[in-house]
Amino acid sequence: MSEYKQAFKKAFPYTIPVLTGYLFIGIAFGVMYAEKGYSFLWAILMSVMVYAGSGQYLAVNFFVPGISFIQVIFLTFMVNVRHVFYGISLLERFNKIGKKRWYMIFALTDESYSLLCTTKVPKGVNEAKFLFAISVLDHLYWILGSAIGAIAKTLLPISSEGIEFAMTALFVVIFIEQWMESKNRIPELIGVVVAVSSLLVFGANNFVLPAMLVIVSLLFVGRKQLDKEGAVCR
Amino acid sequence: MPLSAGMSFLIIVVVAITTFATRVIPFLVFPKGKEIPKTVQYLGKVLTPAVIGMLVVYCLKGTTILSKPYGIPEAVSVLVVAVLHIWKRNNLLSIGVGTVLYMFLVQVVF
Repeated sequence: MSEYKQAFKKAFPYTIPVLTGYLFIGIAFGVMYAEKGYSFLWAILMSVMVYAGSGQYLAVNFFVPGISFIQVIFLTFMVNVRHVFYGISLLERFNKIGKKRWYMIFALTDESYSLLCTTKVPKGVNEAKFLFAISVLDHLYWILGSAIGAIAKTLLPISSEGIEFAMTALFVVIFIEQWMESKNRIPELIGVVVAVSSLLVFGANNFVLPAMLVIVSLLFVGRKQLDKEGAVCR
Repeated sequence: MPLSAGMSFLIIVVVAITTFATRVIPFLVFPKGKEIPKTVQYLGKVLTPAVIGMLVVYCLKGTTILSKPYGIPEAVSVLVVAVLHIWKRNNLLSIGVGTVLYMFLVQVVF
């Protein structure tokens, strides 16, 4: 048990940026979900079971009469499809870890992914337990944020119009963080340009799938130029 | 609540399973000890930044550009988030200030 205690102690300072980020976007989720008429217990339940920033923002829209489950599955899959590729960059690191990796795969959000990919394990701490501690702490911050947001919405009747912008801001922040790595710039530009073109052609409700297909095709066409560096994980 | 508790719980379960599926797929396709093809490694590397680029557009897809307020709240707030983040590299600050500014713009100014 003391080995776990040490792993959590060592991991905590590394998770502070996620703590701050998750409190804010978690609060925004809690507020949005509470606006639909769901209590903080529902917000906690969703954050425990789903644990996805953009996925849960999107999911708030599913709680209307007559929603089709096919649509729920398709939209959730589309908004989370990038996670398929997060796993690819962590295969080797996670495959060294025992049964705990199933929880860590479940908890593989944008923020945890970038933390797990970039953090060097400090000396004198068990690597598997350290990475596990990062995943658990991030998850707790997310649950805490959504509970605070849902409770605040019920207590303070302030207008939350526009709070969903927290998600846009989050992705702008991740975009800039990725941009700092110069090798990511061409793929990022491909993503933006193709998405905008697809949005103009197909409209707001249908542009994601055509955009994804064109993006993947362009990434293959440009493979010779883009595939220069060997490391998979940043 | 717009739906019954049972139906709401079912939606959460479906969203949870679908989300987990996207995260677990690579680990099922490439279990311990299996070689990962070069093509997949390449995609793992370049698709993430491309998708992040697409997601920024995805978040802004509902912006009204051709009529009032002409996308000004979005443009101003995104710019502020970007400049703040390049300057301070602090997630909470960038997201917090940007969101409060956007809320102010859509509720009070426009």
